[in-house]
Amino acid sequence: MKAFADLFQAIDQSTKTSVKVTALTDYFRTASDDDKLWTIALFSGRRPKRAVTTTQLREWASEVADVPLWLLEESYSIVGDLAETIALILPPPHTRSNLSLTQWIAFLVELATLEPEQRKGRILQAWSQLEPTERFLFNKLLTGGFRIGVSQKLMTRALAKAVDQDEATIVHRLMGGWTPKTVTFQSLILDDDPTADLSRPYPFYLAYQLETEPEELGQQENWQAEWKWDGIRGQLVLRGGQHHLWSRGEELITDRFPEMARSLDFLPDGTVIDGEVVAWDGAQPMGFNKLQQRIGRKTVPKKLLKDAPAILLAYDLLEHNGQDLRDAPLRQRRAALEALIAPLPDDAPVRLSPALHFNHWQSLTDQRATARDHKAEGLMLKNLDAPYLAGRKKGDWWKWKLDPLTIDAVMIYAQQGHGRRANLFTDFTFAVRNGDDLVPFTKAYSGLTDAEFRKITQWVRKNTIQRFGPVRQVTPHHVFEIAFEGIQKSPRHKSGVALRFPRMSRWRHDKPMSEANTLDDLNAMLETYG
Amino acid sequence: MNGALIFTEKGIYCPAGDFYIDPWRPVDRALITHGHADHARSGHQRYLATHQALPVMHHRLGDIQSQGIAYGERLKIGDATVSLHPAGHIPGSAQIRVEVGGEIWVVSGDYKVTDDGLSEPFEPVKCHSFVTESTFGLPVFTWPSQAEVAKDLNQWWADCVADGKTAILGAYSLGKAQRLMKMLDPSIGPIMTHTAVEATNAILRAQGYALPDTIAVTQDFDAKAHKGGIVIAPPAALGSNWAKKFGPVSSGFASGWMRLRGIRRRRAADRGFVISDHADWTGLLSEIKNTGAENIYVTHGYTDIFTQHLNNIGYKAQVVPTEFGDTDQDSEDAA
Ligand SMILES: [Zn+2]
Ligand SMILES: [Zn+2]
Repeated sequence: MKAFADLFQAIDQSTKTSVKVTALTDYFRTASDDDKLWTIALFSGRRPKRAVTTTQLREWASEVADVPLWLLEESYSIVGDLAETIALILPPPHTRSNLSLTQWIAFLVELATLEPEQRKGRILQAWSQLEPTERFLFNKLLTGGFRIGVSQKLMTRALAKAVDQDEATIVHRLMGGWTPKTVTFQSLILDDDPTADLSRPYPFYLAYQLETEPEELGQQENWQAEWKWDGIRGQLVLRGGQHHLWSRGEELITDRFPEMARSLDFLPDGTVIDGEVVAWDGAQPMGFNKLQQRIGRKTVPKKLLKDAPAILLAYDLLEHNGQDLRDAPLRQRRAALEALIAPLPDDAPVRLSPALHFNHWQSLTDQRATARDHKAEGLMLKNLDAPYLAGRKKGDWWKWKLDPLTIDAVMIYAQQGHGRRANLFTDFTFAVRNGDDLVPFTKAYSGLTDAEFRKITQWVRKNTIQRFGPVRQVTPHHVFEIAFEGIQKSPRHKSGVALRFPRMSRWRHDKPMSEANTLDDLNAMLETYG
Repeated sequence: MNGALIFTEKGIYCPAGDFYIDPWRPVDRALITHGHADHARSGHQRYLATHQALPVMHHRLGDIQSQGIAYGERLKIGDATVSLHPAGHIPGSAQIRVEVGGEIWVVSGDYKVTDDGLSEPFEPVKCHSFVTESTFGLPVFTWPSQAEVAKDLNQWWADCVADGKTAILGAYSLGKAQRLMKMLDPSIGPIMTHTAVEATNAILRAQGYALPDTIAVTQDFDAKAHKGGIVIAPPAALGSNWAKKFGPVSSGFASGWMRLRGIRRRRAADRGFVISDHADWTGLLSEIKNTGAENIYVTHGYTDIFTQHLNNIGYKAQVVPTEFGDTDQDSEDAA
């Protein structure tokens, strides 16, 4: 575990990509194959099964550290990470362990086979022999979530360097449903059989937001435009008579969308389609909140299947008749996609995401303005001559989203942040005016710079009217522009509305409170965009 | 409570002696715990502080009317008897003891209970009512020993030298910077200081505090001539244009906040060292116990949570709103 903890520290303590990649490369050159495989698994979101609940961990830590449970919870809400909170409150270790990462994982796997009371004994013993960083990592493994700020991209780059292979090849090899139990380092990274895994998806190509005018992209006839759908990105893999649906986060979501099973009736084996999963009313997507009801469910009740049926809006063809098409230009992939999908009946679970017709950029600008009517967030622009790349790359794919909706609101409550911003006030509640009243309607906690957060923190400290536990009511004074992506009726909220992705887009130093928007303004937005 | 001290809009006030302690609005008579900007503010008519604290206050506040007092010396002000006792926070820092008609209060200012080898070591003072800070009043804040941190610090510096980089360490220019200088191993290389730090060094040296040799980074400073060195600078100087003259650098940041991974990451220094001039969780609780006080007033930091805990374990504790903490850019995250 020491080597893994040292690697983590080297990565975590530096802000420089080069330092991180070097540390990872060195590790991949020196660690044992088993440790390497587990490191790859962990950094790509795979992890051992959880053997204890976080409730149990909290209770045990509270007991060992002699810190009452409520105080542990308060600390957790400030630190922002349970594994870290527990690692920090526990007393220092009294012995040291020499177990490797793989051995610790075996320890966790074995834990699952033990009686609950024995599990506790084992974990307390582990805590007493690990240094704080090791303990933090151990807790991370225990609690499941292993997001520790190492992007899969960096890991892949370092791994490619260490084994002297092409980065894109490594990316592809790491996709799919493998676990350290089903593969070895040799078979996953080194052996020459990329089709070993029938379910393996291709790395997604991700677009950047277009920051310029579309005219700067050059000739309009070299570009394809589509609606940018407000669903979840999905890749449908049909191979060996089976279907698999992957989310962009590389999560297998096949069971959440049983509708896709029928795609096998319509499409040939050896087909991989990139598209957007949306809830579909027969003619249009239904709005993201409908789809949201589906995402949270591992199994879908019949009624929900009827209320929010899902389809895949297909926009790219990555594999055709078992052939990897990604190096072909989009024109060619698109033609093949259309030939495949266009003939399908209306009730097929896959439909074509249409390419928009436009003769000049201005016509596209006009169409973009109507995106909300089409239940879209804006447009996607794709270079017709470009191959399908892996990851987020500039140049050939652009998202051209609509400008967000905005409203000017008054800050009325403030709460301290956690994690990165543990000692700053960052979580605010905003209100619109209604006569002499202020009606709270949304919370927002992002969008300001660290310098602005520092400034508002000092102001909050001096302008607190009342405290309700961690929440401070402040003098209504500061006006912020709140940007958001959508607005809906919500009986659960006092104001009657709920915003989608609200954030602070601007601190309106120039606006007095009397010029903030009103409840009537908010209701008018609900009428127009709700 | 009889009210030997009361909490007012201007700060902590003693009616019997007609003076304030660390007030944040201009007053006639101010007793000052220590020279940090959130405690020693400008604009008061008269200042009282330890002999050791005054030189820095004069440097920072200019021409003030001041009176010095020795640690432990008793002074009658009106009907109050006042004395100052080491707080272990920075050189010259004090807790202020106020006695009125047998009722004893202690205002801690900022304090730490472990000896840092530079500041006058903390002395517990018995009292009935204790006004404590709680900057790090959460059980996640416990400090590693100074010797352990010194080892890490010197190792990092030596690694930087081996990598051909200049180590640059961000710290408060008063207190923390000098403490770090004393923790460094001068056999590794030269210690260089930002002029803000060096100004404080000069004042403290003149008072007789023993500090290692330093080289001030002035206008005409030649970085090439001082390879393998470490630079100590205020936090704001890290990553600024000023830092460019050193070529390739590795940045470190020293503060109690570095205990939290999230804040280490926000700081975006290459290394975070957990070293604070404030008491950690264990220090706060042990000191509160040592005072024998029954009434505890909690100022800056995680006041609500810390107060609730004190009440749960048998003290009569309450939060006192103050304006201490984070008044200037320099102090942000640096505690
Ligand atoms: Zn201080
Ligand atoms: Zn302070």
